[in-house]
Amino acid sequence: MSERETAPTLEISGLKVTVGAKGEAIVDNLDLVVEGGEIVAVVGESGSGKTMAARAILDLLPSPLTVASGRIRLAGEDLVKMAPARLRRIRGAHIGMVFQEPMVSLNPSMTIGRQMAEGLRLHTKLPAAEIRDRILAMLERIRIPDPQRCLSAYPHEFSGGMRQRIMLASVMLLKPDLLIADEPTTALDTLVQREVLDLMVELARENGTAVLLISHDLGMVSHYARRVVVMQAGKAVETGLSGDVLRNPRNAYTRRLVDALPRRGAARSPGDAFGGALVELEDIVIDYPGRQRMFRRDPPKRAVDGVSLQVRRGETLALVGASGSGKTTLGRSLVGLLAPTAGRIVFHAEEGGETRPRDKIGGGRDTQIIFQDPYSSLDPRQRVFDIVAEPLRHARDMNRGQRAARVREVLAEVGLGEDFAARLPHQLSGGQRQRVAIARAIVRRPAFVVADEPVSALDMTVQKQILALFRDLQSRYGFACLFVSHDLGAVEQVADRVAVMQDGRIVETGERDEVFDRPKHPYTRALLDAAMLLDRRFAAGGSESAAERHTA
Amino acid sequence: MIATVFNLPRLRLNGLIGGAIAGILIFLALFGPALAPYDPLALDLPARLTGPSAAHWLGADEFGRDVLSRLMYGARTSAWIAFSTDLFALFAGVIIGVAAGYLRGWVDRILMMFNDALLAFPGLLLALGIMAVFGASRGGIIIALGIAYTPVVVRVVRGTVMSVREREFVEASRVMGNSEWFTMARHVLPNCIAPLLVLATTMFGWIVLAESALSFLGLGVPPPAPSWGNMLSTARPYVNQAPFLIVYPGLCISITLLGVNMLGDALRDWLDPRMRT
Repeated sequence: MSERETAPTLEISGLKVTVGAKGEAIVDNLDLVVEGGEIVAVVGESGSGKTMAARAILDLLPSPLTVASGRIRLAGEDLVKMAPARLRRIRGAHIGMVFQEPMVSLNPSMTIGRQMAEGLRLHTKLPAAEIRDRILAMLERIRIPDPQRCLSAYPHEFSGGMRQRIMLASVMLLKPDLLIADEPTTALDTLVQREVLDLMVELARENGTAVLLISHDLGMVSHYARRVVVMQAGKAVETGLSGDVLRNPRNAYTRRLVDALPRRGAARSPGDAFGGALVELEDIVIDYPGRQRMFRRDPPKRAVDGVSLQVRRGETLALVGASGSGKTTLGRSLVGLLAPTAGRIVFHAEEGGETRPRDKIGGGRDTQIIFQDPYSSLDPRQRVFDIVAEPLRHARDMNRGQRAARVREVLAEVGLGEDFAARLPHQLSGGQRQRVAIARAIVRRPAFVVADEPVSALDMTVQKQILALFRDLQSRYGFACLFVSHDLGAVEQVADRVAVMQDGRIVETGERDEVFDRPKHPYTRALLDAAMLLDRRFAAGGSESAAERHTA
Repeated sequence: MIATVFNLPRLRLNGLIGGAIAGILIFLALFGPALAPYDPLALDLPARLTGPSAAHWLGADEFGRDVLSRLMYGARTSAWIAFSTDLFALFAGVIIGVAAGYLRGWVDRILMMFNDALLAFPGLLLALGIMAVFGASRGGIIIALGIAYTPVVVRVVRGTVMSVREREFVEASRVMGNSEWFTMARHVLPNCIAPLLVLATTMFGWIVLAESALSFLGLGVPPPAPSWGNMLSTARPYVNQAPFLIVYPGLCISITLLGVNMLGDALRDWLDPRMRT
């Protein structure tokens, strides 16, 4: 009994997870302690085994993986050897879990009310009315507007951030001893990410719940967690207080993670580096037609509402905003994927040494696009060489040999060697795929590239590499770039100028340093506050983080 | 990696068995008539409704015709009808389905209106109606069943195309300046192949059965020419006296379907880029 009281909430010792009984080790000799009410973060890149370690706690490992050795104790009780029936009573009631993808972790065919009630019905003997009251109280607590209506609403009626809050609420309803949060906000944009995490920390503190936070983002994690465990290739390579780890990383790998955190690059001097206007947007309006109902059509939805903007030759203009602000729509209209409802796009093309404006943007030499998701932007049936060569179909002045030579040259430029040419997309990592996408975009040496969240789907260290590569290519070939992103960290690294977009309008435009250091519009300030940028935090009084405020 | 290791033996087994069965079918369709021991129409009245014997290995039917010979001749008819009908439906279905799914808008609406109207009729009823126009002949059967099964293909293709066209590599192709036709042929269609193959092999089975149903109604391959379908239907009155008459063509149809489905599975896996290294 006394052992139970003094035992930490979660204690993992010597945990080893392998493929099959004695295959490759995915998690190797992991030790981890989470005390009651404490927030501990596990940080690592994809493939480091952090998610599998978390899943092992609840016996949720995917099929060939098994726990080979080691102990996982919840308040002194070993979960590894526990009978499945007993473990089921622990899941949910004592250990809650929040997953990464809010879009798919709620059942789309069940109302929110029924889904939230499930846990309480399973683990408590409360009467239905009491359950309903508790759910309503919780929904009010997480500031869902109109909780009564929310009970009978379905998941698709809510945005990603709302869904994650609902998910969090339904897990916390049972007041578990431990909450496992696996990349809970990676799929959300900056503002929402901040809201959800703040809410998670508040709820955990109110209920005395310990949190195991899993993430690839060391910067974000150090803001919330008291202690951090850094994992690489299945092993814990560094453990310590998050402030210490961030400021003085002892391990080489941790140092690489810290270095990968976004820091502002040197500003390129404006004026002499950039030419005149390349693309001019005049009063662009883009409406999405409303849905066709039985007898009428819904009114059109205005995604972009009177945007005027100028992109200069060779510069990177970052278009920043939350999801739904219309920034992606605007980007797509610039490559001709959709036509503006009103307004003019003028492209100052260079033809035979002189520039002349024209109203029509073509593909090919004019503009190219790099998409967010490297998993769906490459045709799974094409080999890398063919993917990169395809834009050259329209280069009439090049013969076969020249095209092949150009493809090889571009592949080398993006850091993919000869042997990548014959590979298929599924044989590449996320970073490598995005390199292929970049190669495809620049193979015709376009004057203008639209990059739509090009690094949001990648690990921090890979993000850093891709952004560096991008900037390098840009200074070599001088293409202008519209960098669409919600991630101010990435924007800070590559942008020359920043335009902030809210609800279809541009609310602020300016040089990068100007916007980041002296934001004028309140929305820009809100975005910057939510971004948890490293420089700003170190500048604003060194190591102060939410975690330390909470423990102080 | 794990998937490759686990799937390869299954892939080989499917491919091997399916390929062997399909091979035998094609062999019979090509050379069956040359190898058959008897003329399929030759009557041997004393032997009528007798079971397997040295003279008639698989027995003789109600007119004393040799069952083995009729099966071997029938293989050509049945395989030819099923194969051509399948191709007909696929070809028409893919063109209409891709047009509707990729172009959307009014093209989609008009095509799908017709398609849904056709889908509302039971396939066999539709085929019967069309047969009334083209008459009971091989060509008539192929056209009638082909038209009857096209709407199913259209539905499947349209759905797949609509999901593939939203993928970003299709947009990337448009941004490159590729024409709609090129994008469709190069990027959209190849990525629709998996569900199409499954449908095509399943449909092969439906068609063999539909042909026998048509024969049963007296609209299939006109007797006395043998097809597996009409052998099955003409054997029905004698099911008590000579059950083997119904068993052999039935077995032929079942084994063929099994083989075609296994081959389809193997083909689908083989065409999946993730299975390649």
